[in-house]
Amino acid sequence: MRLRMMEISVGAFLITGALALLMLALNVSGLSLSETKQSYTLYARFENIGGLTPRSKVTMSGVLVGKVVNISLDPEQLMALVEMEVDSDVNFLSVDSSASILTAGLLGEKYIGVSPGAEDEMLKHGDMFEDTQSALVLEELVGKFLFNQASD
Amino acid sequence: MVELIAATGRAGLNRVAAFGRAAIFLMQSLVARPAPLQMLPLLLRQIYVVGVQSLIIIIVSGLFIGMVLGLQGYTILVAYGSEQAVGQMVALSLVRELAPVVTALLFAGRAGSALTAEIGLMKATEQLASLEMIGVDPLRRIVAPRFWAGFLCLPILSAVFALVGVYGGALVGVEWLGIYEGSFWANMQNSVDFFDDVLNGCIKAVVFGFVVTWIAVYQGYDSVPTSEGISQATTRTVVYASLAVLGLDFVLTALMFGDL
Repeated sequence: MRLRMMEISVGAFLITGALALLMLALNVSGLSLSETKQSYTLYARFENIGGLTPRSKVTMSGVLVGKVVNISLDPEQLMALVEMEVDSDVNFLSVDSSASILTAGLLGEKYIGVSPGAEDEMLKHGDMFEDTQSALVLEELVGKFLFNQASD
Repeated sequence: MVELIAATGRAGLNRVAAFGRAAIFLMQSLVARPAPLQMLPLLLRQIYVVGVQSLIIIIVSGLFIGMVLGLQGYTILVAYGSEQAVGQMVALSLVRELAPVVTALLFAGRAGSALTAEIGLMKATEQLASLEMIGVDPLRRIVAPRFWAGFLCLPILSAVFALVGVYGGALVGVEWLGIYEGSFWANMQNSVDFFDDVLNGCIKAVVFGFVVTWIAVYQGYDSVPTSEGISQATTRTVVYASLAVLGLDFVLTALMFGDL
């Protein structure tokens, strides 16, 4: 009888552990089970990426459509080259769409906002955003403002 | 003067020898694990002693640590108007650091010291020697099941600790202090990554389980078989295991999150 109690409690213990890990995965880290979402890669060049990092969000009209996967420096154009993965079901970005680096809140995280264009041809896997807008850097803004004040 | 140098050298060599004995001991007990069928009842009993009986202290400490984190995080973050980030702070600090480390420290005190004392007393009362006399390898019968049980239990306890802590933080933050529930959980889920954070925390717990059990079992097996020797071995278990956990935690954190 004592052995049986022990077996039951050990079994319950192991199940508790598995359940705890599952809850951590689903509730705390927000892992969705259908993680293998199809996506395609797009590139964009920016003068200045501000504080953009890999895993930053890519949004369209505020809706999450992808994420930044890699940031590197383009040695030919001397600009930042941002590689992003966009969900495959977002296949209506025309070739003249623009990508801009925006800030969530006053001092919040940086993310990429995509606004669609008007052309009929769509961006495909491996294409590049032609129209980009860099992050606003506070120091540059302040510097410009002071310069304008001084010249008046 | 010469004697002093000789004594220092001897002490150093003794340390190295003890470390070597510990490594050989580890190899022998891992290689010499009994056949699975024979092992199962022994392992079951050890999981019960080491894991199930530690569950209460883990749940209670996890709850209180989560609640304290929620309270402290709120009072600090509310000054910047970003109290929604409490969930993120509580979850990240628990999953990455506090759950594996505090669980391992509690485990060293709760289960590690008991393991050392038990094996030390078996040695003192010559039970280990009698097992050898009747042809049973004590490493197989006594040490290996305890080792595997500790190895298996710590990640489970750590996951339970993290989960209870997160809900403790949610209890304080959302229910008592009135952070909006949606942004509390959404912020947390956006910032915690399953592979980078939760699984790395689990890897930490596995490593700590390995180290703490190794130290505890070895100290018991290597203790001087007197009552004083056992008490010293138990103290050493808790001290060495705690230091090893904290030191290793820095190394693991630097490897996992440090971008070194």
